[in-house]
This record gives sequence, C-alpha cells and structure tokens, in this order.
Amino acid sequence: MAAVQDAPVEADNEKEIKTETLNDAAGNHASAAGGVIPSPPVASTSSSGPAKAGGPGSEEQQTLMAVLQFLKKNNFVGAVDVLRREAGILEDSDESQGQELAASALGGAEAGDATCTLSRASSCTTSTPAVAAAPAKGGEDQPDVNVVLSAYSQQGDPALYQGYYSGLKKFVESVLDCHRAELSQLFYPLFVHMYLELVYNNHETEAKAFFEKFSGDQECYYQDDLRVLSGLTKKEHMKGNETLLDFRTSKFVLRISRDSYQLLKRHLQERQNNQIWNIIQEHLYIDIFDGMPRSKSQIDSMSGSLAGEAKREANKAKVFYGLLKEPEIDVPLDDEDEEGENEEGKPKKKKPKKDSMGSKSKKQDPNAPQQNRIPLPELKDSDKLDKIMYMKEATKRIRLGPESLPSICFYTFLNAYQGLTAVDFTDDSSLIAGGFADSTVRVWSVTPKKLRSVKSAADLNLIDKESDDVLERIMDEKSASESKILYGHSGPVYGVSFSPDRNYLLSCSEDGTVRLWSLQTFTCLVGYKGHNYPVWDTQFSPYGYYFISGGHDRVARLWATDHYQPLRMFAGHLADITCTQFHPNSNYVATGSADRTVRLWDILNGNCVRIFTGHKGPIHSLAFSPNGKYLASGATDGRVLLWDIGHGLMIGELKGHTDTVYSLKFSRDGEILASGSMDNTVRLWDSIKAFDDIETDDFTAATGHIHLPENSQELLLGTYMTKSTPVIHLHFTRRNLLLAAGAYNP
Amino acid sequence: MADERRPKQCSLVLPTESMKVMAESVGVGQLQEECCVALSEEVSYRIKEIAQDALKFMHHGKRRKLTTNDIDHALKLKNVEPLYGFQSQEFIPFRFASGGGRELHFYEEKEVDLSDIINTPLPRVPLDVSLKAHWLSIEGVQPAIPENPPPVSKEQQKVESTEPLKAVKPGQEEEGPVQGKGQGVTSAESKGKEKSISRLKPRSTHELSVEQQLYYKEITEACVGSCEAKRAEALQSIATDPGLYQMLPRFSTFISEGVRVNVVQNNLALLIYLMRMVKALMDNPTLYLEKYLHELIPAVVTCIVSKQLCLRPDMDNHWALRDFAARLMAQICKTFSTTNNNIQSRITKTFTKSLLDDKTQWTTRYGSIAGLAELGPDVIKTLILPRLSIEGARIKAVVEGPVISNIDKIGADHVQSLLLKHCASVIAKTRPLPDNVDQYRADYGYLGSMLCSHVVKARAQAALQAQQVNRTTLTITQPRPTLTLSQGVSTGSGPRTPNIIKVPSSLTLPVQTLVSTRPVTPAQPSPPATKYIVMSTSTAAATSPQVVISLTSSRSSSPITSTAPSSTSTLQPLVKVEHTGQSVTTPGAGGSRTLQKYIVVSLPSAVSSEVKASSLSSPSTAVDSTVKADRTELPGASTHSSH
Repeated sequence: MAAVQDAPVEADNEKEIKTETLNDAAGNHASAAGGVIPSPPVASTSSSGPAKAGGPGSEEQQTLMAVLQFLKKNNFVGAVDVLRREAGILEDSDESQGQELAASALGGAEAGDATCTLSRASSCTTSTPAVAAAPAKGGEDQPDVNVVLSAYSQQGDPALYQGYYSGLKKFVESVLDCHRAELSQLFYPLFVHMYLELVYNNHETEAKAFFEKFSGDQECYYQDDLRVLSGLTKKEHMKGNETLLDFRTSKFVLRISRDSYQLLKRHLQERQNNQIWNIIQEHLYIDIFDGMPRSKSQIDSMSGSLAGEAKREANKAKVFYGLLKEPEIDVPLDDEDEEGENEEGKPKKKKPKKDSMGSKSKKQDPNAPQQNRIPLPELKDSDKLDKIMYMKEATKRIRLGPESLPSICFYTFLNAYQGLTAVDFTDDSSLIAGGFADSTVRVWSVTPKKLRSVKSAADLNLIDKESDDVLERIMDEKSASESKILYGHSGPVYGVSFSPDRNYLLSCSEDGTVRLWSLQTFTCLVGYKGHNYPVWDTQFSPYGYYFISGGHDRVARLWATDHYQPLRMFAGHLADITCTQFHPNSNYVATGSADRTVRLWDILNGNCVRIFTGHKGPIHSLAFSPNGKYLASGATDGRVLLWDIGHGLMIGELKGHTDTVYSLKFSRDGEILASGSMDNTVRLWDSIKAFDDIETDDFTAATGHIHLPENSQELLLGTYMTKSTPVIHLHFTRRNLLLAAGAYNP
Repeated sequence: MADERRPKQCSLVLPTESMKVMAESVGVGQLQEECCVALSEEVSYRIKEIAQDALKFMHHGKRRKLTTNDIDHALKLKNVEPLYGFQSQEFIPFRFASGGGRELHFYEEKEVDLSDIINTPLPRVPLDVSLKAHWLSIEGVQPAIPENPPPVSKEQQKVESTEPLKAVKPGQEEEGPVQGKGQGVTSAESKGKEKSISRLKPRSTHELSVEQQLYYKEITEACVGSCEAKRAEALQSIATDPGLYQMLPRFSTFISEGVRVNVVQNNLALLIYLMRMVKALMDNPTLYLEKYLHELIPAVVTCIVSKQLCLRPDMDNHWALRDFAARLMAQICKTFSTTNNNIQSRITKTFTKSLLDDKTQWTTRYGSIAGLAELGPDVIKTLILPRLSIEGARIKAVVEGPVISNIDKIGADHVQSLLLKHCASVIAKTRPLPDNVDQYRADYGYLGSMLCSHVVKARAQAALQAQQVNRTTLTITQPRPTLTLSQGVSTGSGPRTPNIIKVPSSLTLPVQTLVSTRPVTPAQPSPPATKYIVMSTSTAAATSPQVVISLTSSRSSSPITSTAPSSTSTLQPLVKVEHTGQSVTTPGAGGSRTLQKYIVVSLPSAVSSEVKASSLSSPSTAVDSTVKADRTELPGASTHSSH
C-alpha cells in the first residue's frame, strides 16, 4: 500500500489535511473545500474562522471572500482580521471582490452546502443571485436577515397570488395537448415559491388559503415535500428549514421544448404577469431544447427530485465506465490449477479456457480508465492467492438466466428485536457482519472455520518465527468462536462493509464516526471523525484501501484507511446521503440521497459527473452491474430504476415491490438483478433483457428523452416471500448462489 | 384522499390549553392567551420537524415502527437534550382523566418501592441474536418448509373456495416459468385447459404430486399406526407444515370416513387417533378449514354423542374421547362460527335436543352435556343449570333404584361427576354466598348436597388463585387439551372417572398416550390390537343405518340429527354403506365396485373370526396393499364420484 504514497493524489491529500487539521484544532465543525474540488465553493460556518492554506486561484479567492463577508455580517471582527492576515487579502479588495463573487455565484451551478444544518440557513450565500441584492437591502432595514430569503421581500399584493396561479392554470389547460404536459411542470415550483413568498411576507392566512386551494393539484410524488411545507406558516420557521433552503439555494430545473417556452413567454408578457415571470427568472432554470415536446409519461419518469430534473450538461462529461485490466498472476495460477486438476483427475481440460480468460483481460477496454488513474494498492501475496481462488471458483460458476434461476439461501437473524440495521457479506461469502441498533457490530463465520483472534503480544514473542506454519501459530485457539461482537460505537450502526481482503471491517454509526475494525484481533483500529452527524452508509472500494461514507450532513467523503482525514469531499446533494457504492473500477462512486437523486462522482477530481433524477422517494440502495456499464437504484417508492452510465440515461424501471427496496445486487455475470425489500420479498429480474430492450439511437442519447417500455412484469423472473422478514442485504457468491439476509420481525 | 388530508395537516396545531398546562407544570402561572397561541404554533411546528427527522432514523433502522429512540436521535440532531428514560411497557403510556370540564392526557409515573424491585427475581435474560440459514428458493422454486411462508395463504384459499372464478393460483400465474418440476406437466396442462374454458367454472384440480402422495401415505399410516412416536411426529407435521392445503380434502375425507366406519366397529383407539388428527389440522395456522367443516363436524359430533364408541362400554374409557371431542367442538365453534353458518347455535340445538329427550342413553347424554359445557359458562348457565334437578332425579333413579344394568350405573356416575365439575365453577361465580346445603337441595334436587360441597371447594380454589395473581410473577400456560386414556384396572367395580391430565404446553406438541394397563387377554381382545382403516371413495352423502350422525353437507338449516346405531352385535365388524339404494354388507366385496372402495385391515390379534377380511394374509402386506390401492385410485376417484 505504500506505493500509493507516490501517487499524484498525494499533493492533494496534504493540502486537505492541513486545512482540516486547523479546523479540528478550533474544535468546530467545518467543511473545507479543497483546492482539488472544483465543485462550487463551500462556505464555512465555523465561528472561529477557518484559515485557508490553499494557493491563489479565482475560485478559492471567491470562497474566501464569501467567508469574509459572512464573518463581517456576523460581527466576527477578530476572525475577519485573522483570516485576512493569513490569506493576505487587502481590505479594499473586499468590496470589489464581493461584486465579483456575486457575479460568479450567479453562474454557479450548484449550491455547496455547509455541514451544519442549523447554520446552513446563514451559509447559503454562495449560489443565489440574491447575493447581489443582499448588501444593499440587508444594510437598510434587516441587518441580520438571511440573505437567501431576502429575495422574497419584493412585495406583491397577496390577494392576487391566487389569481396569478389560477390564471396560469387556465392558460396551461387551454394550450395544445402536446404542450400541456410540459408546461404543467411549472406548477409545482411556482406553487412552492409563491407560497413561500406569502409566508415570508407574513401573509399567513393568505398563505394557508393558497396552500389549501392548490396543494391538491400537485403531483403525488411531491407529497412529502408538501407535508413539510404545510407545517411552515411563519417567517421565523423558514430560517432553519432544510427543505425550504434546498429550494432556495438551488434553481429548480425544468426541461421544456422551445415551442412550449415561447408559448409561455408570450402568455406572460401579454398578461403583464410579472410576479410569475420574476419567479421564473430568479428561481427556475429552464433548460430549453429544440424538437418535439415531451409526453406526460416521459416527463413523469424523469421528475420527482427535489430540484427538478438534471440539466443536460450535467450528464455530458465522459465517464470511464470500463473495467480495469486484471493484474497478471499467471505463474501461481498455473501451479495452483495443476494441483487442483491433478486432484480432480482431469488434467488437460481447463488449460485453454484459462488462456482465453487471460487474453480477454489483456485487451484494453476503450471505455476503461487508465490503469493508474487512481492509484491502487499493490497486490500482496495473500491477495494473489485470493485471486486464484476466485478464478477457480469462477470456473465452477453457474450460468444464470431466465431458464436457470439462482438458489437463494436466506440467513435469518433471530431474536434481533427489531435491532438489525445493516448486513454485509465478504466477497468469498465466508463471513457475515451485522450492524445493530444497540451500537454493536457482530461478525459471524458461516463456514465451519471458526473466528480466531491473534494471540497477545506476550504470547507472540514465544512463537518460533521461522516455522512454516507461523501464520497458524499466531492464532489463539482459545478465542475460537462462531461469532464475535465488536463494541465501540455509541449509536445505532447504520452501515457495515468488509474489506476485499477480509482483514478489515468498516462500520458507520449515528454517533458520526466511521470505525475500522481489524478482523485479526477483533479490535477497533481507527475512528474516522469528520461527519458530525449520523453517517448512513459506508463502503469499501473493490480494491480496498479507499472507502466512501455519506450521511446526514449531505457530504460524501472519500477516505483512505491510513489517513484520518478525508481525501475528497463530494458536496452537492440537497438532502441526506442515504447510500453509497463504489464503481467496480474504483474510479467513481455513486451516492443516493433523500433529495431523490443519484449522483456519480469522479474520485480523481471530485467532479459530479452524473445526476440521475426520476426516483420519487429517498434512495436506499445502489448496485453497479459487474461490467460497470449500468447502475441500478432502489428507493422508498418500491421502484428500481436502471441507468446507463455512459449515456447518462434512464433505461429501465422495475415495478413490483410495495415497500422500500433496501438491497440490490447483480449476479456475478450480470444476467440477473436481485432486489430485496421491506415488503418481505426477494425478486429476481432479467437484467439482460432490460438492457437489451432499450435501443439508444442518437436522438434519444442526445436529448435524453427516453421512452420506457412498460415491461416490469415480463422482466420479473421470480418473487419469493419470506416469513415476515424484511430483506436487508443480498449477495451473490462466486458461484452465483444468492445469499439474502434479514431479521425476523414477528 | 390527499386533498382531504392536507388541509388538516396545515391547520393541525396543539390546543392552547396544553400550553397552559405545560406552563403550570414548570411553574409559570397565568400565561396570556396570545402567548399560548404563539407558543402552540411554534411548538407544533418544532414537533413536526422532529417527527420528520425521527422518521429518517426509522427508515435507516429498517423498521416500520417509530420508536422513542428515533425521537431521541432526532432531538440530538437538533442539539436538544434527548428525553432520558422515556421507556414504557405499553404502546401508548398515557392515561386519560377528565373532570371540572377539563380533559387531560398524562403520563403516569408510579411510585416504585425499592424493596419490591430488589426482591423480584431477575427477569429472564433475553435470547441472544443468532443466525439461521434456510433455503428461500432452490433453482427458482420455493420449498414448502416451515421457514417459508405457506405457498398459498389462507386468504388465497378462502378466495379459491368462495369465488372459484376469481381465484388465481399465485404459484401458477405469477411464477409460471418458475413452477416446480414436481407439478410440472400436469399443472401446466390443466392450466391451459382452464384458460380455454375460462367462462365455465374451472374444474378444481386435485392431482397430487408423487411426493405429496408419498407424504400422504406416510402421514395417514403413522397417524393410525401403532407406533406412538411416529404418530406424534406425524401430528406435529400436520400441525405445522405450511404446504398441506392441497392434501386437505384428502385428510378431511380420511377423517370423516374413518370415523364413520370405526364408530360402527366400536374401535375406540382409532377414533381417538382421528380426533387427534382433527386437532392437529385445526392447529395448523396455514390451512383454511372452513371448506371442510361439513365433513369434520359430523365426525367430531359423532365422537361426542355416539351411543357406543367401544367394544366394552363398561370398562373402556370412552368418556375421555367424548371430553376431548367436546373440547374440539368448542374450539371449532369458537374459530369458525359466524353469523352466516351459525355453527354454534346449530350444534347447541343438537345437543339440547338429545339432552331433553327422555329416551337418550346415558352415553349420549354424557356427550351432549359435555359438548354444551365446553361451549362456555354462559351456555352452562342457560341450558344446563335449569335441568340440574331433572337430571339429578334421573341419576337418583339409576343409582338408588333397583340395579338394572351395570352400564347404566356407570353412565349415571359419569354424568353426575361431569355435571358437578362443570356446574360447580359456574355456580360459584354466579350464586351469592352463603352456601347452604338445604338451599342447594331445594334448588337443584338430588345433586344439591354434592354440588354444595363442590361449590365451596371451587370458591376456595378461586380465592387461592386470586392470591397468586397478586404476586409479581406471572406464568402463562396455554391450555392444550391432551388426552390420556386409561383402562380400568379393576373390572368389577365401576370404572374410574375420566382421567384427564393437562400438560403445560411446550414447543413440541404434547404427546398423547394411550395407556393400556390391563394385560390383554385372548378372550377379550382389547381395542388397540384391532385396527381398521377404512377408505371410502364415495364422497356423496351416503347414509347408512350404522352411521350415527349425519349432517347434511349442503349446510342447510336442517338440524343435525343423531340417530342411535341399531347394530346389536357389537363385535361384528360390519360395514354397511348405502349408496344409491344398494347396500354392501360385507367388507371387501365393495372393493370391486368402481365407485366405492372399502378396505378393512385387521391386525393379527384381531377378532379374525368375525372380521371377514381374511383375504389379507399378513399385516404388513395388508397395510402396504391398502395404501397402494388407495394411492393409485384416489386421484381419479375423487373426481369421478362427484356426480
């Protein structure tokens, strides 16, 4: 693993660490945007004032200015001085840069969110055009008001709002059918913004009346957000409300064809309907495309996220979704294979097969990233042995398909008392780990081989280190047992993940830490602190060493096991990150969020390269296909969506589950997608057919207007009810046996 | 629906009175109305916020129930001190109180005596988390094992039986390609046929797979066989196995036909075995029995009120069988009686009718009283208590009058003890103190004095139990009727009272044993040695003079009639079944007919001289051949016979 230190990432790491250390020393939660993350600037809210060690560069400068502005506004004079001194910024440059910042923020694509929810209210300085207005207005009558909210302070006659809205409604109903669906998209964002304006300007009764009159018109999948809105009737409430701020800090994105847009514009100009026009200008981002307007079903399949659809540009970046070349470990493989074959008594048969496999892996996939794009740990001898085992198992793998479905072995956790929160299997299916609400992590051995820990240091001294079976001798026979309990967390454990070499286990918890456990000694090695809020999920890279975590603070972090600070921070989600998953080539991570989007991040530069919208509820499970081309995501709405990563398109929708889909897994060859859900079923889907059915011609690829076939029933290969046992985790063994796990809830 | 709900969400605010009460509880009196309004709005908003956050924790905890811990975590998220120690045994721990025009919900915190806590024994340590693996599916087919849910749920079975047109078998429709190889070809074929004539009522398919046929054979053999351990296993299987619904019609017919024949044969042991099968079927939570009650209820009622159930009524303990069957009947009534089928009232009517009849034999009288008594104290109060004096007089006539027959005397004895047992507890609850013997005698006649002492005993026992309840420990034992049949050791004196031992239920089903303490004498062969398995494939309501109870299978409103068996020679194993006017008198002869099949198997020590099943040479082959014949002919037979 030491090799990684020489990697190009190194420089970045150091920078990161420096800033983080400073912040930590100040004992405050802070989020720092590293220079390497070109995602929009993140405002820091730490009152002690984090210092920036990064070099110049316009973006960083802007971040600094934002921080300075914020500090000044809050009268942290001392902090301002210190920061200015350290950053070497002159006082006069403040003002001029402030304008610049505002200007650039206008162009800023996404809101960078600070880590703290409560302080987020005051930290959203970064992205809205409101920033420009803030100094002027804020100075006059509301010195301490939220800059964000001030955009609403423009007065309109509250009584007219209903008229405006119903006027627009009438207009939309009167237009041609082909435009109606597209223009209907406007209703929800307009409704929310108009309601918020009313609330902001203290027209409580009008706001309530407005809400009552029109909330019923909104699409059903916005229900959850509407519920939050309905509780919000006072200006004071707006300050701390996350949903509201999400709305404000990010422009709601709509995709509308040019014709429809022209229609709308003409209508609004004729009517002199400035109120609505203003909202459209300020709070909505209308992505205009040329061509046919989309149909209702096309729109419905893509909408549902907190901030509208993804912009087309957001999914244009090139993604290297191919797999990495397998390292060549032919020599030991030959030895092993021959041994094995001699035992089995059929010596010649397998040779050519193995060769073909070798040659296949030598071919470079054009879509694959460079081998050393992300530095990966070097293979150890034990890893090579494991690879050989893997190859041998792979030859015995059952080919699955609609005709030959996998057998499912279900591991039921008994007497868990509703406390099982997370499960993971090792890749070779020899161990199971379970995370529990009582803060414990338990590890079971599913093979007859018992779990043993290493002897104590004193005993280890007595061992003859030259002997051949030294690895056997260091194990303490007395400690052998079928399961081990790992104590250390101080809150429910929400995620567990084994390292590929089975030496480590990661767990993340409500207490805000991610812990690394050794499976040799069954003790905690490191507690990674950084998330100050519950961490919902964590996942090891398929090559080990790196891992990703995401939680309530809406930031996903990439860590390396030997760094106690994160290497990357991926900010951009508008709500909790609920699940994380590594791409098989370890160059990308996918995160699913409560804002109902899936994002794909490039580990190399921290960019968000894909935003997938279309889910109607928080996403709770993700799975990459083994070839790295596709992504499946499951959400609380019970639907599973399939995505083509290369094109950035939704390519399938699997309906059938009636409750949250908590686990997804592709079979080892990718023929079958298994999904497990809260509704106590495991379902098997024909993924080959799902991927084949979509023909992505150039047009659909360019515009992203997919037309989903309604074929969930054809794709469903099997449904298996459990006995009141929600399915929390699924895993395909190397031979394609499906393992499922869940806790019995009588 | 959402439209109606949302305005509510909008306006839902805590009442201002709550604010006042809360303010008072922290020492702030005289809160102004405006403050209250402002506070309540603010508090409601914050509570909603916290609830939304708590939901997040619930989702990540992979639960459907929100717990207090989730609320605590949500509070922590907002930097608010969580509520420590808010834990409750109950789901909603609030109490309601009203008075002075105010209504309050409050959290009751009892004062706890420390010494109580110290002295109570430690609660049992909860079981540790453990891992158990099973096959959810084997190559696409879900095995029907107890770990998996039943292949066809009870609701599904109900739908199938009540609305056969709508019924869609999930195994065949949804998982079409996944269907097992066991049912493979036949089910696919029948499915195709069903589709082509979808307008007609689909023919119900009754084919069993080879495995199922083997299973059926094994289970029925074990249930009526001689090996008690095997029987226990078989009964357990019937009671727990989730995949039995396809065999249910077979079991039902097996039981009803078995009872029909063995009552005639007076084969007590087999009747007991069959009743235990009924019990096991009822215990199986995955079976939808409603469809087969018309076969099961007559069988059970027969075992309660039949005039004669055993070869030697003076010695064999058929009383216990009657008690057991009566309890079964009560259970059936409790589970299945609805306003539509009126099972309970019809059964009650039947029992009452035979009770009122003066000519009823003692055995039948005993059965009907037992059957009524098991239906509950209310039934005892209204139907039995008023008749106590009449019954008392009748018993007196037998006990104190000239000795007519020993059997009558024994019967009267049993009826007497039965009445005392059941009535005493009811009287103890309803009759006011004091217990005056003379008063009792005046009220209840001959039985009065004995009843009085029983009531006193019952009262004392109730007081003792009440004391025990006050203790902190509470053991819940689930009563399961178990049956121990013991044959009287002494032959001369009257047989003992039914010996029923209640075993506390455990995980395994209680093993019911038939204890035969008396050595078998060749002159009087005891029932367990003789074994008859009778299979009849005729499902039509074949009424024979020997069949004791017939309940019209169409479930019409006609009462259940009980007719006394007319056979005089009790040792004659005569099987007489009338079918379409023809009567078959000898067993074996009927086997040649296509529509009816009787196989009577007799084991070696049986009264072979009387039994004319001499064609069956050795017992083992006999059993084999029986089942083989049964297996081969059953599938077709059941569809044929429905004409």
